[in-house]
Amino acid sequence: MTPTGFLSQLLQLVIALLLAPLLLGWVNQCRGWLQNKSAPPLLLPYRTIRKLFHKDAVIAENASPIFRTMPYIIFGAMALAAAIVPSLATDLPFAQAADAIALVGLFALARVFIALAAMDIGTAFGSMGARREMFVGFLAEPALLMVLFTASLISGSTSLPTIVDTLAHREIAIYPSLAFAGVAFTMVSLAENARIPIDNPATHLELTMIHEAMILEYSARHLALIEWASALKLFNYSCIGLALFLPFGIAQGSDDWLAILGATPVLVAKLAVGGFALALIETFSAKVRIFRAPEFLGTAFLLAVLGMLVNLLLGS
Amino acid sequence: MLFVLGLPIAGALVLAAIGHRTQAAAVNVAVCFATLLAAALLTVRVISEGPMLVLDRLFFVDSFNVFLVALTAFVGFTTAIFSSPYMRIEHEHGRLTAGRLRLYHSMFQLFNFTMLLALLTNNMGILWVAMEAATLTTVLLVSLYRTPASLEAAWKYFILCGVGIAQALFGTILLYFAAEKLLGAGGGALLWTELNGVKNQLEPTVLSLAFVFLLVGYGTKVGLVPLHNWLPDAHAEGPTPVSAVLSGLLLNVALYAVVRCKVLVDGSLNTSFAKGLMMGFGLLSVVVAAFLLSRQKDIKRLFAYSSIEHMGIITFAFGMGGPIANFAGLLHMTVHSLTKSAIFFAVGHAAQKTGTQLMDDIRGLITTRPAIGWGLILGTLAILGMPPFGVFASEFLILTTAIHDQPWATPLLLLALGVAFAAVFSKVQPMVFGETTAKRLPYRPAMAPVFVHLAIVLMLGLWIPPVLADWYRQAAKLIG
Amino acid sequence: MAHTIAGLPLWAQLINLLAAVLLLLAFAMLAQRRVLSLINLFAAQGLALACSTAIVAFATAQPHLYWSAGLTLVLKVALLPWLLHHLIRKLDVRWDVEGLINIPTTMLIGIVLVVFSFNLAVPISQLANTVTRSTLGIATASVMLSFLMMITRRKAIPQVIGFLSMENGLFFAATSATYGMPMVVELGIALDVLVGMLILGVFFFQIREQFDSLDLKHLEKLKEESHL
Repeated sequence: MTPTGFLSQLLQLVIALLLAPLLLGWVNQCRGWLQNKSAPPLLLPYRTIRKLFHKDAVIAENASPIFRTMPYIIFGAMALAAAIVPSLATDLPFAQAADAIALVGLFALARVFIALAAMDIGTAFGSMGARREMFVGFLAEPALLMVLFTASLISGSTSLPTIVDTLAHREIAIYPSLAFAGVAFTMVSLAENARIPIDNPATHLELTMIHEAMILEYSARHLALIEWASALKLFNYSCIGLALFLPFGIAQGSDDWLAILGATPVLVAKLAVGGFALALIETFSAKVRIFRAPEFLGTAFLLAVLGMLVNLLLGS
Repeated sequence: MLFVLGLPIAGALVLAAIGHRTQAAAVNVAVCFATLLAAALLTVRVISEGPMLVLDRLFFVDSFNVFLVALTAFVGFTTAIFSSPYMRIEHEHGRLTAGRLRLYHSMFQLFNFTMLLALLTNNMGILWVAMEAATLTTVLLVSLYRTPASLEAAWKYFILCGVGIAQALFGTILLYFAAEKLLGAGGGALLWTELNGVKNQLEPTVLSLAFVFLLVGYGTKVGLVPLHNWLPDAHAEGPTPVSAVLSGLLLNVALYAVVRCKVLVDGSLNTSFAKGLMMGFGLLSVVVAAFLLSRQKDIKRLFAYSSIEHMGIITFAFGMGGPIANFAGLLHMTVHSLTKSAIFFAVGHAAQKTGTQLMDDIRGLITTRPAIGWGLILGTLAILGMPPFGVFASEFLILTTAIHDQPWATPLLLLALGVAFAAVFSKVQPMVFGETTAKRLPYRPAMAPVFVHLAIVLMLGLWIPPVLADWYRQAAKLIG
Repeated sequence: MAHTIAGLPLWAQLINLLAAVLLLLAFAMLAQRRVLSLINLFAAQGLALACSTAIVAFATAQPHLYWSAGLTLVLKVALLPWLLHHLIRKLDVRWDVEGLINIPTTMLIGIVLVVFSFNLAVPISQLANTVTRSTLGIATASVMLSFLMMITRRKAIPQVIGFLSMENGLFFAATSATYGMPMVVELGIALDVLVGMLILGVFFFQIREQFDSLDLKHLEKLKEESHL
């Protein structure tokens, strides 16, 4: 573990933590532009998190330790994921752990804890949200794994840095199977991040909440951490998507300072475009009924399978 | 030869304009007669001088397809004669408007054109285009009466034949794919004469796959079971002349397409793959159709299933191969066309007289209009294979060859023929004899075509002119 | 199946990509519920087909394929979708597409068909001598998917669109396996398709007149016993 390696790892983590709320603000800004509304200010998520940290936490009397510790657990999981996903460079110290399937496991861990905490208090909203979250997660996970398998077929390994190396640093070629996998990945990340068309992040209507329903009971620093963790989850999914499908610009190895510094604006630019695309999708779609979610995610799964078959056929 | 193709097109255009007038039917007949003359001249030339390539190898005429051309022109002519009073009666009865008569007449000629094009072309791709065009021209004709049942029949016809023809397109693409490597890209690779020349060098796997698709595709139009679903409906719901040409002519042309492909595949594969497939489908069609005959209540559907059965017999004969079976197949094609169209003529007029197509409601035809009654009963006997009609001769030849080459098939064939005989005869007999419910028709029905056809069939059963026999033998040799 | 992507020239990679897009669109059509989106997807398929024909024309220096691409563009991207939109407006049809089996099951069957057609196409594509031969499997698969769409839909217009997109798949098969069919054949096929569509248009009006609806369950009454 060289000093530059350690520093660049730290840099990547810090940038992730700082940029995640900005990404959220950017998506809301784009939505406002597209829907001809005046959007909330770009830095509002930062102010919200800061405001929440200054408040006093109110916790129910019968809350168990799970309730209290869940925000820290999921924040930790998301931060760890942010450190692992190669958003800036490929050969970081944590890279050995950067297996795509391990990442899926991290996300699953976060999901389990948030569902447990939601059911902990015993309110109706909490258990409803938990049930729906597990339902969507149960359907989304195979699809996500399939997408990762398809993407890994080209480079022959599920380790994200290896995938990035194969796609970005060898000669440029067009891989049709990645087209399928890309569409499938977009659908899955919409579902997992509680965006339209699966869930509406801005709603508080009883029948339509999934993610919001689970965190209704939280306040102050716990809520701040949870909001930050959600923003980090969106950031992580975006970075995974970029690493799998648009890895150009990610520095190779962790020693080349200049390349890493150059990779940062590239990342910001890619995320900006990605955020705009997300806002576009959200504007053009309507939220589907929860009963249609299996169809949506089933389509994603089958598209990923199709991508794998195309890969086997075309050799790409 | 260009007249053979040009006349129907000209006729179609003329009739599109004036088809609703009273002279339209006469013009129709005249155009068909002229086409027949041209076809006869062409036939004489090909028989005396041998096969010919016309227009830079675009068209190819040999004894196999010129015989079908002559048959098509002849049956087209007699159908035009039949349809003249028939359609007038329909018009009187109010089942058709003037606009639809125009459509009918022009599409009739256009249909003739597409069939003749399919027969005469040398290019397998154009063959496909012509087959699809033949379906398209008749779709609107099947739904001419605009009843719910006819719309359903026309829809099924369109969709099922469309899907089938798409399979045939895929088969044609595969054929082109195999041919391109030997003959180079461009139109030359799809010419049948060229393909025939290099057929033993074509890739066997590709050709066998292509043949499967071509058989399924064109076989849908022949009415082979299990792809036959459209046939009974289309024949029952369309106007009778349309049923006559569909049964008598279109099925033949589709089978011609299949046989041309079979010749290529046999040359390439040197196994009995194509033969086996054709025999299998043919036998299946015969047996299934025979057993379904007894459940029919509508007379046109009954004879439509009979068409399926006979096309199955012909397919089986061509599948067996060899000079006698091919000869018998060609003979059967001829007599079946003539007899089936004669039957449909008689049935059409019978239905008009009684106002219904249900067999239970038609009775005693022989008392009111002896011509129709006798035509029907004689036609039925002919199609069921009674001697001395021609159908008996060809079926006998096929059976004897089958006993010799494929003994396992013979009991099935005999069983099917027997069942068919019982079913059809038991239904037709009460229709012809018995108490009558028929009414008078405003115009004299044209029964001459019926008897002309039956007379030819009778003659072919008793004595085949040597010229004709030679001609058949030449064609049979080509099929291999 | 064992060649790698990096060895192919750029235009062949583009064709591969367009083939994948074609398959994606065929799959998307299976999963669609609304008729308007079906028509737009069909137009997009036509566009992909025209682009790939034009690329093949450019790369193999066969000018007659430019005509073919142009014909596809005019017919399948402009004329036919316009005709279908016009029909829909005239017939005032805006329903959701009902299928015989639900959408996830349809898509599962679709995947099975895709696997089957890939397997079927592999031995044939090895015999071809074009660079784009591996896309033959994709073309076959999209033909099968369109066929599946035809038989699982109950309304008339989606069946027709399935039929037309089957035609698209066959065309792509021709382009990928043999660098296109002879011009005269392609013209004939285009003519057939156009005439077929016109006839269908007339037909829809007739059906609508009779049944007041384009639901095909009205067109299933002709059977042996019930024919009265």
